[in-house]
Amino acid sequence: MSTQAEFTAALLNVQLPCPEGLCSANGADPASRFSVNRNNVQSSLINALRDSYPVVAQLVGEEFFRAMAAVFVQRQPPQSPLMSGYGEGFSDFISMFEPASSVPYLSDVARLEQLRTLAYHAADASPIRPEQIAAALNDPQALSELGFELHPSLLLLDSTWPVVAIWAAHQREATLEGIDLNHGQHALVLRNDLDVEVFAIDHGASVFIRNLLAGQPLLAAAENSPAFDLGQTLGLLIAHNAITHLNNKESP
Amino acid sequence: MFTSPEPALSCTQAAHAGLPPRVGVGLKTGHFREVLGSLPDIGFFEVHAENYMVAGGPFHHFLGLIRELYPLSLHGVGLSIGAEGPLDVQHLQRLKDLIERYQPHSFSEHLAWSSHGPVFLNDLLPLAYDAPTLNRVCAHIDQVQNALKRPMLLENPATYLAFQRSTIDEADFIAEVIRRTGCGLLLDVNNVYVSCINHQRDPMAYLDALPLHDVGEIHLAGFAEDSDNLGDRLLIDDHGAPIDQAVWSLYRNVLERIGPVATLIERDNQVPAFNVLLAEAQQAEALLVDAGGRS
Repeated sequence: MSTQAEFTAALLNVQLPCPEGLCSANGADPASRFSVNRNNVQSSLINALRDSYPVVAQLVGEEFFRAMAAVFVQRQPPQSPLMSGYGEGFSDFISMFEPASSVPYLSDVARLEQLRTLAYHAADASPIRPEQIAAALNDPQALSELGFELHPSLLLLDSTWPVVAIWAAHQREATLEGIDLNHGQHALVLRNDLDVEVFAIDHGASVFIRNLLAGQPLLAAAENSPAFDLGQTLGLLIAHNAITHLNNKESP
Repeated sequence: MFTSPEPALSCTQAAHAGLPPRVGVGLKTGHFREVLGSLPDIGFFEVHAENYMVAGGPFHHFLGLIRELYPLSLHGVGLSIGAEGPLDVQHLQRLKDLIERYQPHSFSEHLAWSSHGPVFLNDLLPLAYDAPTLNRVCAHIDQVQNALKRPMLLENPATYLAFQRSTIDEADFIAEVIRRTGCGLLLDVNNVYVSCINHQRDPMAYLDALPLHDVGEIHLAGFAEDSDNLGDRLLIDDHGAPIDQAVWSLYRNVLERIGPVATLIERDNQVPAFNVLLAEAQQAEALLVDAGGRS
């Protein structure tokens, strides 16, 4: 095994001994010095997860979070120097992490926090002015073909847990009092100008937005969705600058 | 030799002249709004390149605004120049794109490795100083400078360990890399002090062995105190504390040798309020002025 391969294995797996061939000028045990690099690697990766998943950490406590993150770091170390994307598999990992099974919504909260990070760094796009959208909606001839492109930061999450309510409660006093854990929620995440916003929307609205994202024209997207309030959903998308392009075959 | 690319922006030519001989501060996301609101008298800002390798959003928004007002140093932490394997050409392309976008006055990276195969370790790891490592590091720096079409600065490392197979002193190794590749030196004075304490070297002798006339930037930072199994001082380069008196003293010595050079106040952990960093910057700026800096 090469030096760096041996180093890498021992940095990630704290059970492995310090690599061979190391020394220190004062004759100290190299292991006592290798532990500095090992601590740096472990703590920087755990801290990176801690920064991206603050609500997950609140839900399980700092000590549990760091122990859980340490297992994840060893199993799924970063595969890229772009640390903003690290933790892509964290939510799935949590869903299989037996010691966290007493917090069954933890994995979905992690997914929501990951979507917030993705939305934060997503590509920029200018919204269409509301007057322009209103004009397009008021053109009966063009309406049947009208389609919307949505902001690159817009992401959806379907959860069997009240994931938005749990997340939102932890932006304030961190209590789940008053949240009915028996109802799932559909989360809409997007970046409005510089701020990432999170909404709970109806199942039908969530399907409708997915249909739009799949490229269906507005009317088809609405028809192919369970019952929902179309006006309110369009109002939400317009008010939060989520519509970035109008596709209209009549007036390209 | 490096041929200058066609000027893409009005700041291109200024950017190629290097950083101004003033004090800069590491730009932290928590300070974006305060910097734009107060427009502090700072010589330049430095950012970690990898943080800005994202598609869009607030990071680019704020860096774009700040770049219009201040010189910029782009500091890489993920290229893994010392890696046994080949450089990540995709990452090199991302650096090239970022340099084209922001036209930084300086690009720097570390004498260290941080990736092995696909695994990124998010730490700057030590190298054995021998002929094969020297050849590899020089080949990687040649590749970087050719790809980016500009010289880079190489930062001296903070290390805790040595390799039995090392045959070259660290400072001599760095001097030879600079001689062969034509890159510049990012002299991290904190790293000089940390490594010299950890490896029982004399900091003055270490500085004597470096090609100080090739210094394009200086880094100043704080360290943490630890001890090894013999109870000897083991200093950790954690960028999480104010600059130590011993490092200030070494910095003054460097300025006496080479005159004023762009100097960064670096703080990545336990980041304090911006005015705390500004106070350290003013302390360093006074030393630069003493050393014959801007009138």
